[in-house]
Amino acid sequence: MAEEKKIKKPHGVARLIQGKCIACGARCQMPCPKDAIEMNDQGEPVIILEKCSGCRKCLKVCPVDALEIYYTPQEEKILAEIAARTKAAAPAVEEIDKEAAETLARLKEYRGVWVFIEQTAGEPAQVSWELLGIGAELARTLGVELCSVVIGGGVENLCQESFSYGATRAYLIDDPIFHHYRTEPYYKAICHLVRKYKPEIVLMGATGLGRDLAGAVATELQTGLTADCTGLAIDDRRFLLQTRPAFGGNIMATILTESTRPQMSTVRPHVMPLPQRDVSRRGEIIRETVPGKEADFAVKVLEIIDTRKEGDVDVAAAEVIISGGRGMCAKENFDILQELADELDGVVGCSRGAVEAGWMPAERQVGQTGKTVRPKIYFACGISGAIQHLVGMQDSDVIVAINRDRQAPIFEVANYGIVGDVLQIIPALTNRIREMRTQRRG
Amino acid sequence: MLVVACIKQVPDTTQVKIDPDTGTLIREGVPFILNPFDVHALEESLRLKDKYGLRATVISMGPPNTEVTLRKALARGADQTVLLSDRAFGGADTLATSMVLASAIRRLSQAEEVALVICGQQTIDGDTAQVGPGIATRLGYAQLTLVDCIEYVDLPARKVKVRRKLRGRHEVIEAPLPALITVTREINRLRYPTVPMRLMAEEAAITLWDNQKMGLDEATIGLKGSATQVRRIFSPERARGEILGDGANEPEKAAQLLLGKLIEKDLLYL
Repeated sequence: MAEEKKIKKPHGVARLIQGKCIACGARCQMPCPKDAIEMNDQGEPVIILEKCSGCRKCLKVCPVDALEIYYTPQEEKILAEIAARTKAAAPAVEEIDKEAAETLARLKEYRGVWVFIEQTAGEPAQVSWELLGIGAELARTLGVELCSVVIGGGVENLCQESFSYGATRAYLIDDPIFHHYRTEPYYKAICHLVRKYKPEIVLMGATGLGRDLAGAVATELQTGLTADCTGLAIDDRRFLLQTRPAFGGNIMATILTESTRPQMSTVRPHVMPLPQRDVSRRGEIIRETVPGKEADFAVKVLEIIDTRKEGDVDVAAAEVIISGGRGMCAKENFDILQELADELDGVVGCSRGAVEAGWMPAERQVGQTGKTVRPKIYFACGISGAIQHLVGMQDSDVIVAINRDRQAPIFEVANYGIVGDVLQIIPALTNRIREMRTQRRG
Repeated sequence: MLVVACIKQVPDTTQVKIDPDTGTLIREGVPFILNPFDVHALEESLRLKDKYGLRATVISMGPPNTEVTLRKALARGADQTVLLSDRAFGGADTLATSMVLASAIRRLSQAEEVALVICGQQTIDGDTAQVGPGIATRLGYAQLTLVDCIEYVDLPARKVKVRRKLRGRHEVIEAPLPALITVTREINRLRYPTVPMRLMAEEAAITLWDNQKMGLDEATIGLKGSATQVRRIFSPERARGEILGDGANEPEKAAQLLLGKLIEKDLLYL
């Protein structure tokens, strides 16, 4: 061996694979020790070959594997030669990274899955129960306890309610200070609990309140927070895999909190299924108090105005949704959808296009800027299926699409599609249901 | 006293398309725009300038070409802008982003008192709504998100009264200054820059703060200061369904086929 001439191993240079970069915000540029990466106006890296040492640091941080190492043909030849020589040699023992081991040990102090129970004037938000459903799955995989965090004024009954939905322990902070939600007292209360009991995962609903609170808690605890998740799972290192739509729903990203705890996520309402409620389940209530009195908090809630109107329809809560888009052609044609909805105990929803045309009110809008829904059946009538709409309804159990244009993207998410005129097909459907019902009764 | 608007330049995600063959993003020709929510944050800061005589300051963290967007803010009436740009800021998640923005605001407040910080409720590329709360928490400012109306600012008493828009309700809140407000798009209607203002903005100097100037610990900013890491990015999976019948020529028959399917799957009860 010693006689063999030592060959210097070529490192190659980093190269951008065309069309894969998503302009994520110059992640690749940061770790480069040689200042070999410039960003162009499109936000893509330009690698200065004279400077690049082939260290691969940029490859490691790229979320879409858009960088590769390029070798010249001569270098390829040398590599092949080295590979041939070392083939017989024993594989190198992987060095244990001391720093990584210490981090892992620190993370292990954190155990348990927590769900924040959101309430307004004592009325719980349904997303909290949905989170107990997914939280139970995560806790089972990890072999840890599922706990609820109940904060408010006169809200002890919500602890038992959280047991009915699967929690086995509830941390309760019950004080008139918490009667109305205010960021500062709430975030300080949660940080107090987290520092004392050290959970590994904290979940909150991605509602207006949940996002207001989670952002403050994560910043105070200096830990990772992933917004508006639609998927949660545990990997082989016990890390939480948080999946969410990115880029306006055009792509999905899986995000991790590698070196801090707890791992925090807000989760979009109506995406996780509601678990079975079982009132016979029991759990343990841990009562906590936090230092602080009303005089410490200068923010005051002066008034709460109920903006729900008489006869309001909650699209997000419906089991059957008949949605119409621009293809409905006119406001009057939504009556056809209402007739079908009446037969199916459903509600009429719509796309952004229908709102912009003035055919439907904004509260009925499904999609990125409207509501997220997860009904048993979703009918998309005359809706082409822009990505912003799909984001709001793609988790429905069954999707039926009716559209004139066979090429419309809505057919890509639909379980059943009919290519044709929605103004003919929907009445035909309604009539057929009525006929069949009369026959049965007769 | 200052009102500080935090703005971000983003790719127009409504114009992004997916290559059906490779499943990758087609970004070619997608323009960079001022985040649509931040336009309203900027406008609100200008209204506060007009009404209360606050000095409107606009800050943005981003690559050097963000300068173009800052000039547009000047053309609308901002008094001064600061571009926070450094390679060390790159690849930041919301925690590391709020670190840089909060530090910049703290720095501004050393020269002149800050009354209010205004942000858009979220961006259209990240959609997190987390940077505003991050800044408020770091600075210890009162945090008021999803505001659709600033009722008044009482500068001598150091108070602000706002209305927050939540699902099914409005909250009317009084808070002490300094406060951080994130605004919805309904809060105001936009003004448009005049030609002389535009010309002035072209000439104006944009202040640049890099990390040499800011002096932040590199472990707290950019990729290194981020608590979250993107493990994977992928296209949403789509299950191909079936097309039933010939809806164009035989609508009744197609409707009947669909009903059959729904009954078969126990989705419909007659």
